[in-house]
Amino acid sequence: MSKVRKLEEAVAAIPDGAVLMIGGFMGVGTPPRLIAELLRQGKRDLTVICNDTARPTVGIGRLVAAKAVRKVIASHIGTNPETQRQMIAGETEVELVPQGTLAERVRAGGFGLGGILTPTGVGTVVEEGKQRVEVDGVVYLLEKPLKADFALIAAKRADYLGNLEYALTARNFNPLMAMAAGTVIAEAEDIVPVGVIPPDSVVTPNVLVDCLVAKEQRHG
Amino acid sequence: MDEKTLIAKRVALELRAGNLVNLGIGLPTMVAAHLPAGVNVFFQSENGIVGMAPVPEAGAENWDLSDAGGSPIGAVPGAAAFDSAMSFGLIRGGHLDVTVLGGLQVDEEGRLANWMVPGRMVPGMGGAMDLVSGAKRVIVAMQHSAKGEPKIVKRCALPLTSVRRVDLIVTDLAVIEPTEAGLVLKETAPGVSVADVLAVTGAELIVPDSVPEMPIGA
Repeated sequence: MSKVRKLEEAVAAIPDGAVLMIGGFMGVGTPPRLIAELLRQGKRDLTVICNDTARPTVGIGRLVAAKAVRKVIASHIGTNPETQRQMIAGETEVELVPQGTLAERVRAGGFGLGGILTPTGVGTVVEEGKQRVEVDGVVYLLEKPLKADFALIAAKRADYLGNLEYALTARNFNPLMAMAAGTVIAEAEDIVPVGVIPPDSVVTPNVLVDCLVAKEQRHG
Repeated sequence: MDEKTLIAKRVALELRAGNLVNLGIGLPTMVAAHLPAGVNVFFQSENGIVGMAPVPEAGAENWDLSDAGGSPIGAVPGAAAFDSAMSFGLIRGGHLDVTVLGGLQVDEEGRLANWMVPGRMVPGMGGAMDLVSGAKRVIVAMQHSAKGEPKIVKRCALPLTSVRRVDLIVTDLAVIEPTEAGLVLKETAPGVSVADVLAVTGAELIVPDSVPEMPIGA
């Protein structure tokens, strides 16, 4: 029943050109070993849905710096001059989405909703090409759901079935993304026997997780 | 007192005990250090925590506990952590009392532009658009002018963050309240005259008969 796979094997299932959701906020809550393995295997033309592209040497920023990414859908690229350079030079497509809208679009994708209505962005450039919907006199934008082929998730603790717990601000987009992708690969700091994580503490239920990356040897 | 400290001190006077407050990156972050005695507020960071606290002593950082810039922070007893949908539910859903944000421009209608300079700087809006749309009270904390150019202008030339009218503008020279009738000059900084303010303001200001000085000590 264990969903634990070798790192190499888990990442080999991701084809070039895949659409990935990657958790994390400025690298906090981004799965570092999965990122490193994507780079090692030389993946190309990825579409990455994420909050931000961190810094060129951190987290998702490393994928951008290695030109492994064709398109980024994110709320913030300001801390990564390389993403901005690639965008302005036309090398990488960047779609900027308000952070709360990004969270809700991912949530809508995973929760089976046709979209969400938000007041954020009304009357700004974010509105371009979108439908306005008026509800009881208030104007909202219709924002469409996001889905991905793979979600790459960082968790604090997993059990061998794939139940996940998160830590503090490393949670961020991870539980939302674990709902919105065809295949969910989770990298946990620790993997514990089934039953160790109390049901009330499970944030992402095991049925959502397809594959766990084996933890690294810590003893001996 | 330098200009940024002055702005932070004046903004801090706007916070009330029990408020849930989100401080933007940069100058707004300085507000936390100038809370008046006895005013306890909860600080939210949009990456998923209510109850953030200053960075703990060196060596006591937890790398799973960070601010929106990715730097380690602390947490007060009673803090709570949650995912990004909850975080922005707090912001958009009317649960956030005050947000303090930096600004590039604010116009006569009180509309803020603070997320990009086309062709030059495109950092992305991050959480700013949701914060301005959703917070109960929006305070802009910024320098009054940049390289001699007014930042308070007739009409924003830069892309707007939101069409919502912000509630207060605090600069190194003045406190200005955007209203239905226009921008009202509420206070001037110590040693600054009304004429000084008008000289570096690119928008019409409504100047009441009496404009008090900011109530901040040295």
